[in-house]
Amino acid sequence: MSKDITLNVNGIDHHVNIQGNETLLKVLRDKLGLTAAKEGCGAGECGACAVIYNGSPASSCLILAVEAEGVEILTLEGITPKDHLHPIQQAFIDKGAVQCGFCTPGMIITTYSLLKSNPDPSEDEIKKAISGNLCRCTGYVQIIEAIREAARRLKRVKGRRK
Amino acid sequence: MKNFINLGRDVNRLDGYDKVSGNAKYIADYEFPGMLYAKVLRSPHPHAEIISINTSAAEKMEGVIAVTHSGKCSHKMGLYLVDRPVFATGKVRFKGEPVAAVAALTEDIAAAAIKKIKVKYKMLPLVDNIEDALDKNATLVHPDLMKYSYLPIYYPKKGTNIFNHFPLRKGDIKKGFKQSYKIYENEFTLPQIQHVPMEPHGAIAKWDRNDKLTVYSSVQSPFTLRNLLRLAFGLSHKDVRVIAPYVGGGFGGKAGINMEPLAVALAKEAKGKWIKLIFSREEVFLGTTVRQAMRARVKTGIAKNGRIIAEEIEMIFDGGAYAEYGTNVVRAAGYTCIGPYDIKNVKGDTYGVYTNHLVGGAFRGFGHGELHWAVESQMDIIANDLKMDPAEFRRLNVLKPGSINSMGEKITKHTGDMVACIDAVAKDLKWGKPSKKPAKPYIKRGKGLAVLEKAPAMPANATSCARVKFNEDATVIVQFSGMEIGQGCITALTQIAAERLKMDVSKLHAAGLPDTDFSPYEWQTVASRITWAVGNAIINAVDDAHEKIKKVASKVLKVKASQLDIDGEKVFVIGNKGKSIALPLIIMGYQYPDGHTIGGPVEGVGTFTPHLTNLDAKTGQGHAAAEWTFGCEGAEIEVDTRTGELKILNLVGAFDLGTVINPSTARGQIIGGMIQGLGSAVLEELKYKDGKIANPSFVDYKIPTAADLPDKIKHIFIQTPDDGGPFGARAIGEHPMISIPPAIANAIYDATGVRIKALPLTDEKILSSLKEKK
Ligand code: FES
Ligand code: FES
Repeated sequence: MSKDITLNVNGIDHHVNIQGNETLLKVLRDKLGLTAAKEGCGAGECGACAVIYNGSPASSCLILAVEAEGVEILTLEGITPKDHLHPIQQAFIDKGAVQCGFCTPGMIITTYSLLKSNPDPSEDEIKKAISGNLCRCTGYVQIIEAIREAARRLKRVKGRRK
Repeated sequence: MKNFINLGRDVNRLDGYDKVSGNAKYIADYEFPGMLYAKVLRSPHPHAEIISINTSAAEKMEGVIAVTHSGKCSHKMGLYLVDRPVFATGKVRFKGEPVAAVAALTEDIAAAAIKKIKVKYKMLPLVDNIEDALDKNATLVHPDLMKYSYLPIYYPKKGTNIFNHFPLRKGDIKKGFKQSYKIYENEFTLPQIQHVPMEPHGAIAKWDRNDKLTVYSSVQSPFTLRNLLRLAFGLSHKDVRVIAPYVGGGFGGKAGINMEPLAVALAKEAKGKWIKLIFSREEVFLGTTVRQAMRARVKTGIAKNGRIIAEEIEMIFDGGAYAEYGTNVVRAAGYTCIGPYDIKNVKGDTYGVYTNHLVGGAFRGFGHGELHWAVESQMDIIANDLKMDPAEFRRLNVLKPGSINSMGEKITKHTGDMVACIDAVAKDLKWGKPSKKPAKPYIKRGKGLAVLEKAPAMPANATSCARVKFNEDATVIVQFSGMEIGQGCITALTQIAAERLKMDVSKLHAAGLPDTDFSPYEWQTVASRITWAVGNAIINAVDDAHEKIKKVASKVLKVKASQLDIDGEKVFVIGNKGKSIALPLIIMGYQYPDGHTIGGPVEGVGTFTPHLTNLDAKTGQGHAAAEWTFGCEGAEIEVDTRTGELKILNLVGAFDLGTVINPSTARGQIIGGMIQGLGSAVLEELKYKDGKIANPSFVDYKIPTAADLPDKIKHIFIQTPDDGGPFGARAIGEHPMISIPPAIANAIYDATGVRIKALPLTDEKILSSLKEKK
């Protein structure tokens, strides 16, 4: 059964026609052309499809698009500033936290949400926060270093604003 | 160490921007107008005859455009042994084998249509393990084995399930054992495991009505895929075009040919349409290749002074339902069978056997994780029994300059420094000092280490080509077809090009994602060989470009070309830098004041061919290793003896990788490999029940998460330059995964006195072994 809905993604209202069984991930990727979120398992087990959903990270492969109507959704495309990179993104590059890059969008989304709620996380808190994001390439160590570096840089930015 | 301008530097990954911004496109991100979506029907049985396939109900469904199966597509494929049909033909040989496929307007329609295909099966006896396969009265998984085509460096055995037997003979094994003071014999096993790239496999294919085939694929080896596709489907190379987007992890699982023929077979039935086939995670578990299971028996003879003087090793690999690429895993494990040891008398027999299990194939380590599990456990057993320090026992016996390795190659000081790797790990682990005593008496701590070696496993004709193209402003585009599968080759290769060009890396752009119509040839991105092999091709390409520039400059400056040199900005007369031409004035052709122009756009082409030989059929002696990388890995662990719970306190790895091109990406390879090794050591196992895979999901097949990291993890670079590598670099991609399992098993023994000989080292297994010991 198809249905017309409005999805608020990255601050923009999108009117889309969807099937009742379509996931938010599928609609983001196939209908809105937002392909940063990836499908790694389709079962809520890998974190590759993470988006910010109502302020917290969520697996968009587990959410039906119909349920997402009226919810604020933020994807990696949405947190990337217009003409440069977000400090988290830059820290991932600088610290060598990227290899094949398939887990990277989900990792950055999880980091974005972690640092919003906890600007100065300990190593254990970081490990816990990203333990739902599988990465087969990096062994996580450089990702953790990038998250710490991003936290430092974000604090500096905030400090300057004060 | 030499003064490099671009090497040994943490140049940020050149693909970093694409990957952190979501700009990087992977196979599933591609959509084309009018695209059709494919689904595959898979066998529910591990071994059965196909009595009939009825597709009429599926074909009648609205929105179904094409249906295919072995009746329409009977092609076979394989890199080394052509034994694998695109669709199960006559019988199914593993649960999950493709039987038919559908292309439809939507994925949902294709999925519904698959369910309407009716297949009648008649069960066949199950070959469920190595023992079944080798039984005298074994059911043959491939009765037609001898009719298949294969390279003459493999030795299948008629009338058996053995698809390859690699013998290795060195010295006089009988004499060796006769002279031995002590002899040890043990058996070790490990199960099949999955690569688990985070990106599921996928391919998009279009077969035009003029019989031109275009394939996009998540592929490690675009040119080899092109070759194998054209062989399978009877086309010419010029009519097949493979385009390779970013690959979300390979680890061997996207090497050779994989699932692409399924999409191509459908494309042939729906000419002119793009067919998109993306595997689900379950299909990645069921329908791609895996690391083969193995059983090894090692018998070692020791002289009174602790020197190993004889070793007999028999390794049997469970290659699964089709051997294909896995044939060469058997060979590679076979010629390295004793690991990095200097042993005079060796008898090795390495077999690959067919079973009704998942298809074994290339996997990071390529037989070496398997053989070192056996060898490095055995060495520890021996050292402990001899009451020798296990590190010292290895120092005494490993390969050193002057040693002769298993296949008769002489080790020189350029081969690498194994002892330095052992020393570095021992130092980090505070070897020789007991672990700090845990507060609780039921917690036991221990340390272990294990060495390793690996050379790229490739045929003697595995070649590479690269190009460097100057732009008008004297910036440079580097072209090669080593695949960026996460290892960082785009960045490392660009650094190598920049170094040879004497330019800063920021002046270069790497066109690193291959298209076989436009990109230079590359055999495969496997075997940790890309930085090493393509790096050499790039150096040759730069030299070729420089020769071309000098040729023109010699006319303009009226000196011999040999009197000229080039830095990143100009070509100049040696000893007279004032007499020079700025590069932008010459690289598109040099124009004289009157307007006439000589020369033309400068493009350099370079190739690289390793110097290898085939190995002797009876003795396995010869030269199959283009270069070796040596390493040592160590672990400190603790075990809760009440529960068997294993905690990893420290992992350390030291590798002689020669000149380090990019410390950050090299570290990424090492740490990532060690953690994948940790997964294979303590977590990962594909489990079978009645011949069917029981855990094809992340719920039941766990890989390491950030929560599984050891308290400490460390990488150490040993840098003995390789005399054949680009600027002295050698391979590092696979090695860090190899010896983590034996290092941990040896540490468990040190802590508890319990020796586990079957991977993985789960808490349950540790607990039951502790109970047995009591
Ligand atoms: S794709 Fe959603 S969690 Fe894996
Ligand atoms: S970088 Fe490849 S999965 Fe994380």
